[in-house]
Amino acid sequence: MKTTFPQLLLKHAAERPTAPALREKEYGIWQTWSWKDAAQTVRLMACGMAALGFQRGQNLALVGDNRPHLYMGFIAVQSIGGVPVPLYQDAVAPEMAFVMEDAEVRFVFTENQEQVDKLLEVRETLPGIAHIIYDDPRGLRDYDQPGLISVEKLKTMGAEWDRANPGAWEAMVAQNRPDDVSVILYTSGTTGKPKGVCQTHASFIASAQGGVQVDGLNPNDNVISYLPPAWVGDHLFSLAQWLVAGFTINCPESASTVSIDLREIGPTYYFAPPRVFEGMLTSVSIRMEDAAPTKRWLYARCMDLARRVGADILDGKPVGLRDRVLYRLGDIAIYGPLRNVLGLSRLRVAYTAGAAIGPDLFRFFRSIGINLKQLYGQTETCAYVCIQKNRQVKLNTVGQAAPGIELKIADNGEVLVKGVSVLKEYYKRPDATAEVIDAEGYFHTGDAGVLDEDGHLRIIDRAKDVGKLNSGAMFAPNYIENKLKFFPQIKEVVCFGHGRDHVCAFINIDYEAVGNWAERQGLPYGGYVDLASKPQVLQLIGDCIAQVNADLAAEAGMADTQVARFLVLHKELDPDDDELTRTRKVRRNFIAEKYAVLVEALYTGKTEQFIETQVKFEDGRTGSVSATLKILNAKTHAPAKAAA
Amino acid sequence: MTQKKIGDVILDVKNISLRFGGVKALTDISFNVREHEIRAIIGPNGAGKSSMLNCINGVYSPSEGSITFRGKTFDHMNSRQVAEMGVARTFQNLALFKGMSVIDNIMTGRNLKIKSNLLLQALRIGPAEREEIRHREFVEHIIDFLEIQAFRKTPVGQLPYGLQKRVDLGRALAMEPQVLLLDEPMAGMNVEEKQDMCRFILDVSAEFGTTIVLIEHDMGVVMDISDRVVVLDYGKKIGDGTPDEVRNNEDVISAYLGTSH
Repeated sequence: MKTTFPQLLLKHAAERPTAPALREKEYGIWQTWSWKDAAQTVRLMACGMAALGFQRGQNLALVGDNRPHLYMGFIAVQSIGGVPVPLYQDAVAPEMAFVMEDAEVRFVFTENQEQVDKLLEVRETLPGIAHIIYDDPRGLRDYDQPGLISVEKLKTMGAEWDRANPGAWEAMVAQNRPDDVSVILYTSGTTGKPKGVCQTHASFIASAQGGVQVDGLNPNDNVISYLPPAWVGDHLFSLAQWLVAGFTINCPESASTVSIDLREIGPTYYFAPPRVFEGMLTSVSIRMEDAAPTKRWLYARCMDLARRVGADILDGKPVGLRDRVLYRLGDIAIYGPLRNVLGLSRLRVAYTAGAAIGPDLFRFFRSIGINLKQLYGQTETCAYVCIQKNRQVKLNTVGQAAPGIELKIADNGEVLVKGVSVLKEYYKRPDATAEVIDAEGYFHTGDAGVLDEDGHLRIIDRAKDVGKLNSGAMFAPNYIENKLKFFPQIKEVVCFGHGRDHVCAFINIDYEAVGNWAERQGLPYGGYVDLASKPQVLQLIGDCIAQVNADLAAEAGMADTQVARFLVLHKELDPDDDELTRTRKVRRNFIAEKYAVLVEALYTGKTEQFIETQVKFEDGRTGSVSATLKILNAKTHAPAKAAA
Repeated sequence: MTQKKIGDVILDVKNISLRFGGVKALTDISFNVREHEIRAIIGPNGAGKSSMLNCINGVYSPSEGSITFRGKTFDHMNSRQVAEMGVARTFQNLALFKGMSVIDNIMTGRNLKIKSNLLLQALRIGPAEREEIRHREFVEHIIDFLEIQAFRKTPVGQLPYGLQKRVDLGRALAMEPQVLLLDEPMAGMNVEEKQDMCRFILDVSAEFGTTIVLIEHDMGVVMDISDRVVVLDYGKKIGDGTPDEVRNNEDVISAYLGTSH
């Protein structure tokens, strides 16, 4: 489908003029815009922008919560050949200033007084911001700064302009090409300054179509739009898929009413980052704890059954008749009401992305009959690289390559993506673009992953941390470390293995957890160093490692990276000693240098090693800690099947 | 919805005294309030601030003096009369219906405006239903204005204190008052809640052009948001003027900080 977003809107308005396009809850009632209303509003907003002097090729920044006018603003700008640049609504003024300067923004569409105040502050340093259009006039009555205009006024101006220039808007819409840039999304910039990712109509529409096709989204679906509009996920789900599938998007009344609005709307299609699902599970657990004992008993019984067979029933796998009948009863007693309380009764498909989801959390939702799936992608790929298909959901993968996407794993383990969704370029940054898109057109994601035998992608680490063992097997330190850190007894882990024969690990015990354990065992100890060197503790940690090794042995391509030898450090890794960053990430290279003798001992087969370390105390004095550390072999397992 | 422009005197208080037996709560107080202004009455604890407010809205009858409201002079007022004239108030110690929802509490503020009789309302027929819808719509605008959409149906007793204060303000606003009397709207609030409340008070003034008389003992808050301030101490007026004038007034400084004896 070679088309653009404004044309898609016009198509819906022509084919289904009275069907609901957007809803917003206001004054306690859901107000509806039909496709015809939406198209008309977009037209007036676009004409109003043209009347203000907006030129083809200019950028317009959008700052605000999920409101119908904001979404229609996106299409209005696109319709007259401009590029919308959404900004995070909670960004502070200096952050906004950077993006607006980079994107040379002259026009801003915003929501309310709070944002206008921020923008006026930004304008002090960026006098180029000529026009600020606002949605909610409350509190702005007395503002007489030049260039402030309400959206209602904009529409009035637009109507006049439209009358004075008949046919001009249609001509502008027709001028847009599918491979024009449709949006610039700024990446959050945890690594350096934010970069503007330029995506075209064609790539977002193709990405949306892929998702629509996989899940059979249709005009009867309902979505609740509550995620930041500047996030690629919301742009895909609430804008691109909305216009492609023609479903209805629903804007909640305010950020604090989302859970109430969710229940009222009962979305059929829902997208949330893992923390939202975590919040739901927590609230359920807390409320269950306060419930009557009989209810608690029933809940526990039903959840046991769900854990056992729920996900299999959802996936259409064979389940015994008895369990099926029991599950139906459980559905009447617990699962159904639970879905209803969460506002997920009508849900057909739910997605999560943005961060790794805990296995228990994921299983919980699937087991009560919610078709929760994962997808994988980044801003540079319209959040569209991999998608889990119905009945093919594997817990620790993000699914197969989505329709129209080609996946390749580079020699260093990095995931490379080619296809419909890959970015056109970084805005005004040809150097950065050249860095991420190679000569063959593959986008380098920066994530390391492996493909299993069914073509499901498993993301394991950031590519820059991934190394190789001498055997040639890929070594993903974070992946192993995270598995070990799931044990409450283990606080920090540093794995070594790049350019070595096998993987060795430094372990930091969790003083509190292991201390408690020691007390329950009746094991006396005198402080951290003593506790960390107790043979029983070493045995405990060795058991943890053996379990992780068993896990690794069962995974394709991971068997070689089982932890062969380990030691338990005599001191806690500490940001004060530069061993961790302030955000508590291990500084691998620094640690390898500082504890070179220990690393050496791990690899030379010694059984113990003396070490003396300088430590900084909180008051700035320095002292030293010394100990003789035992070095142990961990139990390893034979690979479960031939390494893939 | 008018532009905020300070107008003529709307409420004029002349030589008010109030005695409870031998206790003189107020002695010979005079001040006026102009249309659309935010007028603060401040003073230390026990200065007579709440008594003053109670005189204005008819809870107490002053022993001496008169109150002129929109050109009509009264030597005392009764509460219903005051409410009908367009004066609403909030209370220092919240007087909300704890078991009722936020919506119902604010709806009670529409009571004076509801014309249909009890029977029609009980049966929800014809004009009564239409009227209720109209009032509910107005209440929804207040809920939106005060940003309490998430608590529409929550019983007021379950809300934190700062929000209850907001509901109290909402109920007063539901009367569409010309003059709003706020009795310590920020008492017992934390800094953030105070800031919110300040913003709402300023917004009420800007959006609806409501004249606001507020009592407060947090000097900082008052100085930031009021147009003019009256200072009371031991039932007497010791200062009157703009926040700056009052801040530099010797009597006020000694009343708040004490004097060296």
